[in-house]
Amino acid sequence: MGLMSTTPFPFLTVLVLIPAVGAAVVALIPRQRVAGWTHEAVGIAVSLVTLAVAVTVLVRFKTHFGGYQFTSDHIWTKSLGIHWSLGMDGISLFLVMMAAILFPLTLLGARVKRDPRSFVAWVLLLEAACLGSFVSLDLILFFLFFELTLVPTYFIIGGWGYARRGYAAIKFFIYTFAGSAFLLVGMVAVAFLHQSQTGVLTFELPALMHTHLSGTAGVLLFVAFTAAFAVKAPIFPFHTWSPVAYAEAPTAGSVLLAAVMAKLGTYGIIRFDLNLFPQATRTLTPVLLTLAVIGILYGAVVACAQRDLKRLVAFSSLAQLGFIVLGTFALTSQGLTGAVIQMVNHGLIIAALFLVIGWLYERRKSWQANELKGLQWSAPVMAGVFTVVMLASIGVPGLNGFVGEFLILSGTFIVHRWWAVAATFGIIIAALYLLWAYQQVFHGEPTERDKKTRDLAWSERLIIAPLIILIVFLGVYPKPVLDRITPSVNQLITHVDQATRTHQPPVATGQSASTAVSGSDSGSTLGAGGAR
Amino acid sequence: MLHLTYLIILLPLVGFAVQVLFGRRLGDPVAGAVATIFVGASFIVSVGVFFDLLAVHGAVRSFTQNLWTWIPVGGMQIHAGLYVDPLSMTMVLFVTGISALIHLYSIGYMKGDRDYPKFFLYLNLFVASMLILVLGNNLLVTYVGWEGVGTCSYLLVAFWFTRETAAVAGKKAFIYNRIGDAGFIAAAFLTFDKVGSLDYSVIFANVGKIGTANITAICLLLMVGVAAKSAQIPLFPWLADAMEGPTPVSALIHAATMVTAGVYLLCRVNPLLHASPDAAWIVALIGAATAFVAATIACAQNDIKKVLAYSTVSQLGYMVLAIGAGAYEAAIFLMVAHAFFKGLLFLGSGSVIHGLHDEQDLKRMGNLRVYMPITFVTFGIGWLAIAGVPPLSGFWAKGDVLDNAWAAHPALWVVGIFTALLTAYYMSRLSGLAFFGQDRWKNKVAVGADADMPDAHHAAGPIPEPHESKWVMTLPLIVLAVLAAAGGVMAFATPHLSLARWVDPVFSGSLYNDHETTSTIWKLSTLDAVVAVIGVFIGLRLWITRADRPKLEWAFLRQSWYFNEIFDAIIGRPGARLAQFTSTVIEDKVIDGAVDGTGALVRRTGMALRRVQTGYVRNYALWIVVGIVALFAFMLTRTWWA
Repeated sequence: MGLMSTTPFPFLTVLVLIPAVGAAVVALIPRQRVAGWTHEAVGIAVSLVTLAVAVTVLVRFKTHFGGYQFTSDHIWTKSLGIHWSLGMDGISLFLVMMAAILFPLTLLGARVKRDPRSFVAWVLLLEAACLGSFVSLDLILFFLFFELTLVPTYFIIGGWGYARRGYAAIKFFIYTFAGSAFLLVGMVAVAFLHQSQTGVLTFELPALMHTHLSGTAGVLLFVAFTAAFAVKAPIFPFHTWSPVAYAEAPTAGSVLLAAVMAKLGTYGIIRFDLNLFPQATRTLTPVLLTLAVIGILYGAVVACAQRDLKRLVAFSSLAQLGFIVLGTFALTSQGLTGAVIQMVNHGLIIAALFLVIGWLYERRKSWQANELKGLQWSAPVMAGVFTVVMLASIGVPGLNGFVGEFLILSGTFIVHRWWAVAATFGIIIAALYLLWAYQQVFHGEPTERDKKTRDLAWSERLIIAPLIILIVFLGVYPKPVLDRITPSVNQLITHVDQATRTHQPPVATGQSASTAVSGSDSGSTLGAGGAR
Repeated sequence: MLHLTYLIILLPLVGFAVQVLFGRRLGDPVAGAVATIFVGASFIVSVGVFFDLLAVHGAVRSFTQNLWTWIPVGGMQIHAGLYVDPLSMTMVLFVTGISALIHLYSIGYMKGDRDYPKFFLYLNLFVASMLILVLGNNLLVTYVGWEGVGTCSYLLVAFWFTRETAAVAGKKAFIYNRIGDAGFIAAAFLTFDKVGSLDYSVIFANVGKIGTANITAICLLLMVGVAAKSAQIPLFPWLADAMEGPTPVSALIHAATMVTAGVYLLCRVNPLLHASPDAAWIVALIGAATAFVAATIACAQNDIKKVLAYSTVSQLGYMVLAIGAGAYEAAIFLMVAHAFFKGLLFLGSGSVIHGLHDEQDLKRMGNLRVYMPITFVTFGIGWLAIAGVPPLSGFWAKGDVLDNAWAAHPALWVVGIFTALLTAYYMSRLSGLAFFGQDRWKNKVAVGADADMPDAHHAAGPIPEPHESKWVMTLPLIVLAVLAAAGGVMAFATPHLSLARWVDPVFSGSLYNDHETTSTIWKLSTLDAVVAVIGVFIGLRLWITRADRPKLEWAFLRQSWYFNEIFDAIIGRPGARLAQFTSTVIEDKVIDGAVDGTGALVRRTGMALRRVQTGYVRNYALWIVVGIVALFAFMLTRTWWA
């Protein structure tokens, strides 16, 4: 098995181009000549076609293979060594799927009244940029997509946001843009260092990942990359743009920011930090683990003090991203696989949360928890949906949030016990603020106004249904997903281990033959034998 | 039928799905009947599986059913697997049986409720969760049920959600249980770290390799979970508040089944507990302390359901005490007997509350034996059973626990026997106030106005004459009364038919002692009976004649030893202040302040460059789009035409 597996048809290129072209088409359809809903219809059709391509990719994806698939590699500029290099492995596969599912649902469930043409065009451009980021294997190409996400987001927040949208949009833009500056410098530096060692100038990740980076240089470059990703995710303490951006953005903006774009940060860490700087990753692991744990506890504690539902969810998101970072830097099969699947889980959960909160806002023009009361009386279906999503977010087993959380915490526990123990307290606090919010909004004696609040319409139920189904399915039967993620994760961990010449401490002391049903897919990273 | 074990869980789960999809259309009472049928079918399958299990021969009768691979990552292979052995089978039988009865009862009790179908939806989900908990063949599947029952408990306690107290109580139950869950899951992490598997069979096969310190840690972490789920000190305060839920919920979840999950878990991991005498001692001490403290609190409560709630806590303490003493068989015996008589007592109290139009204050009851004869007789059997009057089931079960406490350490026995006296006393106080004495429900206000019990529920206005309940409600009472009365037969050790002998093979390290010298047994048993009778006598004597005896209702006991206040002072209020401080000062002023401050600084320095730059982010943003689009266009031409 080689590192790459190529297929003749350029699926990934098509995947990225469809929404990009769609954005252009929507922008070019004149506003006056067509019916008002045309732009939205075209946008939804384009995003559904994109989803169809993504599903095709999923079906054709080879399980039990850790390398990149569907690669397409075309030289763009020989002199600069930049390639149109796309590829996908188990780590990016489900992020692409999640994005492909959430974009059409967002267009359907979070529509805008003012200027739908521009809105739909920006959303489609954002989809192209996000998908492009997830499948880029060339550093510069990734950077372009990564930066391109800023622009539509900026206009979505600034154009269709709420009261403080101007402040929110600018803060978001400048903060993340500042982070990206470090990233660009870092990327160029890595390429030049690689050139000085091999004589070849390239920005392709598979080539660069064997660059030898000495201690200090590696650490500095790691910091430069991580700065951009930490802001984007966000990771504590670089998060303060997010509560205001999530709160002021229109529902679509909140959904896409929190569910999809946040993952660009954590994905960037896994894809680039771990591959390019294994040595520095090991060196700085304690720092990142600590930031992750602080983020988990801090986000949860601050969420407890929020009265605004959107801000509350924003801080809960900070805590959830802390879990993802924790699992990543555990650098074990379980931890990293948990981090990857938790990115998907968190995306689905937070998208559902923001959609429901958005629908609530449409009805009541408020997301202040103390202005709503007893809504379960008049809106039982909405309450039921919120309950399921809330329980998934809290990590109740049987729903998807638990699978990721459990893998992350157990994968961390076996190597960094006390960080995992501290993070476990986060799961207690998570119950506090979400149940508080639920109690405020859905429990209690409803006022006359509350009694008149409409329940979810059938269209809204149909939009939320796929998310609920996925939340339950991934909680009960995550195996198909895990089987595709784990080989890539194991390959990455092996890379880090080889580069740093360490091995994971073996966990098992008594792995009996009857339970070790490890097939060919499971890595030997957690094999039996050897006491600690 | 062993291979149909999965059906035991699937049937109530299908019932749940039916309620989700069609509950509203089925309506009252069909939805309730459908739910009851699914649980009843589950009970029938359980009986079939039970007989098949009887036919299995071997050191330990057992059967494992792997359904699917749940979480496979590298060396961690977690299956959705079920494990049937005498222990889990015993649980399954009484859980499904009592659940079916309480479903039936609920058809009548919940009649006319606005959310009638939703009640049965939650109830079916609860039964499924409880069965997953009991049948799981590894720690994580057990954990699924463990959190599942906690979630259903939350949903059902807060069922009457328009009542603020119910909403708060539901949340409180969930959060206390969440603390326990954190302990449970941490125990799972440690186990996986040391064993490399979470399957019970693998864990137990490797007990020797884990190391005593680690085993003690695992047991104590699990004990945190047990303390929350089975309402042991210090995590018991949620259970009294959980009485906000409809009474069938109190009977099923907060008396008969869910709260015994902790006891079951400790029995399940008995090889670990056996390997750590330190942990076993701590478990025994917590159990003894809980039994005693809760019994004292029960002596001073006026809400009929709260007396029963604290009584449940106390009885659970007995079970935990028995486990700590190594007498798992005795714990299981008391658990089953308790499910019968406490389920009966709660359903009986529900009948009383129903008959009195939602009155729960004992001080507004009285002389109900005249108006509700069936309720009185059945409730009376439950009362004497829990008091330990021979020959009812409670006498045998509690006696079994006390004998083993004696064998473990006389001090444990002293606490146990004193608690038994209190138990007989407070239950007789309750019965005296409710069924004997004067018809106080005719009065406008309760005797000795309960200013410090603001959360007692009262019927609105004057109470019409009480009435007996319908057959759907009295039938379960009668069935449970028969079981509560005759449950003692489970103890009669004929060589082939006794509960202890049936479950004994599961407990490799059991210290269960039914071989105390005959004279000791006789002395202890006689003492048990005497204590029970004395307690009953004092209780009735004091409370039939007068309903108002403030000196016997010490505020310290009424307020549950101020456990709530203590938690509030050391965790609740400081926690709220911490959250407020972190949010308003650290987040807004320090971290975000630094960001905005940097921004302002840059803006001021940048004033000079103002002429070069437009200063509008949207212009930059547009230029980025233009630039990137140009780059891509260039790239595309290079890619396909180069």
